[in-house]
Amino acid sequence: MNMTAYGFLICSAVATAATVTGAVTGAMAAEDTQGQVLTVAFPKELETLNAYGTNTREGIVLSRHIWDGLLYRNPQNGEYEGNLATDWEWIDDITLEFTLREGVKFHNGEPFDADDVVFTFNYIADPANGVIPQRNVSWIKGAQKVSEYKVRLLLKEPFPAALEFLAGPLAVFPDEYTRTVGFEGMGRSPVGTGPYRLTGYDTGVQLVLSRNADYHPGSPKGKPSIETIVWRMIPEKNTQYAELLSGGVDWIWHVPADQAERFKGMKDLTVSNEMTMRIGYLGFDASDRYGPTPFDDIRVRKAVAHAINREGMVSALLKGKSVVVNSACFPSQFGCEQDVVSYDYDPDKARNLLAEAGYPDGFETSFAAYRERGYVEAMMADLANVGINASLDYLSYPALRKKLENGEVPFLFMTYASYSINDVSAITGNFFDGGVNDYARDPKVIEWLEIGDTVTDPERRRENYSLALKRIAEQVYWLPLFSYNAYYVYTDKLAFTPTADEIPRFFSASWK
Amino acid sequence: MFHFIVRRLCLAALVAFTVSAVAFLLLYLAGDPAIALAGEGATEADVLAVRKQYGFDRPLPVQYLGWLSNALQGDFGHSFFFKIPVVELIAEKMPITLKLGLSSIVFAIVLSIPLGVLAAIKPNSIFDRLALLIAVIGQAMPSFWFGLMLIVVFSVDLRWLPASGSSSWLNFVLPTVVLGYYATPAIMRLTRAGMLEVLQSDYIRTARAKGLLPIAILFKHALRNAVIPVVGLAAVQLGFMLGGSVVVESVFALNGAGYLAYESISRNDFPVVQALILLFSLIFVLLTLLADLLNAWLDPRMRVH
Repeated sequence: MNMTAYGFLICSAVATAATVTGAVTGAMAAEDTQGQVLTVAFPKELETLNAYGTNTREGIVLSRHIWDGLLYRNPQNGEYEGNLATDWEWIDDITLEFTLREGVKFHNGEPFDADDVVFTFNYIADPANGVIPQRNVSWIKGAQKVSEYKVRLLLKEPFPAALEFLAGPLAVFPDEYTRTVGFEGMGRSPVGTGPYRLTGYDTGVQLVLSRNADYHPGSPKGKPSIETIVWRMIPEKNTQYAELLSGGVDWIWHVPADQAERFKGMKDLTVSNEMTMRIGYLGFDASDRYGPTPFDDIRVRKAVAHAINREGMVSALLKGKSVVVNSACFPSQFGCEQDVVSYDYDPDKARNLLAEAGYPDGFETSFAAYRERGYVEAMMADLANVGINASLDYLSYPALRKKLENGEVPFLFMTYASYSINDVSAITGNFFDGGVNDYARDPKVIEWLEIGDTVTDPERRRENYSLALKRIAEQVYWLPLFSYNAYYVYTDKLAFTPTADEIPRFFSASWK
Repeated sequence: MFHFIVRRLCLAALVAFTVSAVAFLLLYLAGDPAIALAGEGATEADVLAVRKQYGFDRPLPVQYLGWLSNALQGDFGHSFFFKIPVVELIAEKMPITLKLGLSSIVFAIVLSIPLGVLAAIKPNSIFDRLALLIAVIGQAMPSFWFGLMLIVVFSVDLRWLPASGSSSWLNFVLPTVVLGYYATPAIMRLTRAGMLEVLQSDYIRTARAKGLLPIAILFKHALRNAVIPVVGLAAVQLGFMLGGSVVVESVFALNGAGYLAYESISRNDFPVVQALILLFSLIFVLLTLLADLLNAWLDPRMRVH
């Protein structure tokens, strides 16, 4: 089903029709403001509402509204603040002690205390319970109750990124309710302490979230303002646009740059752009996992780095707040060294490097990719310009992933969003740790990362990540390309601020 | 007649079985379900855990036979994605698809048979050309594009009908038109051809010679014989509509079984895909059988064969 081509056509049609006839006028969401209903649209259906049963973007967004974590990372200044915990302290490298907030209640009235925390962490720590993704919880050994409002979290080994996870995906479940309904039940009728509670669920159609009137006042998330959020699932982008234009929906996101430009000219709509933590990169088989390839030679990898016009791609294709990335991580992540070797766009240099490496006439290679075919084709043209003829192996994500793990990919375009974890271990730990995704297999890099991932001293961590990232850039194991961005389009009656972690916070939004 | 039905039913079972076996193999060739399930960006440990948990490490024939024996007992397993029984999931989504399919086929018949008759009365006249034009447009227009155009006009501009969702009957108007219109050309052309043939036959000439009213000749004598092949075609079209409403369901955010099938394929949700393929192929085979029976009833000559 090739919808993209038609989609483009329709976008213009929708936009033109709406502008010409002046249909997009006053009526939009005006009634909604009075009724305090915010209607938002997401493309994907949720397989479960359980925070630990999904790793989709939608699941992550929803979980931050229904549940709270022990901590919260302030998206404005990046600081950790207490949410369900008021205080926390490292007892040693593998023990964290939390003092819990008193007087907090779950949506069903169940009071929050140490038992809930202990139950939740012991449950998610057990791999048999199949938390998705395991990376979020695999470092947890378990939890112990110290007193009614004091718990200790035990780690398997030193894991300095723990706070980042505790401030992000790790939601606290009510022990009694969860024991009664089970984790499956939690997936249909979720109960948390969060700013919103679920009051309606029509599978695959919509969710209704109502403001939690008793939301604990000490929460750094703040008191929610919008009374009701209707969360609709509309798979087709063009239908989302039509709903936005006809007032059926107040907020959409991940609007492509060219379409966002069209919305900018329209009355009653606000278009915002914000970075996301997803970065794109080119990966090379530098360690002969695939077999001997031209990419074994560092000069060839450098030639590719000089051949790709990354600035051009950012300004012409990605637009918004996207930036060229030189280090193999997202700039805001802890430990993401920025002072690394960078390679400017210089096709002549690329040709010389290829000639030096023994490929004066270039060479042929397969080139795997799974998304943004337009970007892929732009890069293929750049490569052809210096003599590298790449034949595209365009696959679905699971298919590419399987080939990648089996060492069957000599050269690819990939992206990674680090699950919004603002610590470099979330990305380097997945691609340079010597595991199935590692095509560099550099013992030095592996060692530095190992230290960075396990020592608790922030300075030592930073040092070791810096060494590793500098080497990755020097050796061009990856050519980091750019960061992605997201366009948000919503009614101008809504006060909404997008954040770089790609988690829209409707609990902070309000009507103007 | 009895043998006819039994033979057809056996054939139906065979077709369904073959389709399910082929589908099973194709699904496995398409990708690793464990990776799809673990999700984008999952670590190696995630994938291994999933592979073991769901038994993807067993040999293929073992997995297929396991599925088949359960399916024969009415147990289609749990959806990998939704973690709920497949039967429950399909029961939840099927009504929307049925509603859409039935209303569309009714719309198609109501639109195309009069058009076909009109075109046949005066071949090559302006009516005929107009009907042909309508048919050609229906055939040529991608339903995706047509759907969005209707949304632009009726939802964005005029604001008469909702653009998406399934909360009221109003939500079904536009998708019905899109899906039904797609089946219109074939039915209309067949009606026209049938009518032309019948109108030139001897018994119509006799009827005319007897001085019967043209209307009576047209509807009482001609149409009844002309629509016999249309019945078969309409049944097949309904089968297509039920299984092939993916695009329409997606454009109008209807979330029925067609969309479920499409999405389940992309997320390698094997149990759901398997069950849906079996269900759709059964529906298709049964509809064809029903069409044959209807034809046999309408046209006694067919019972002999």
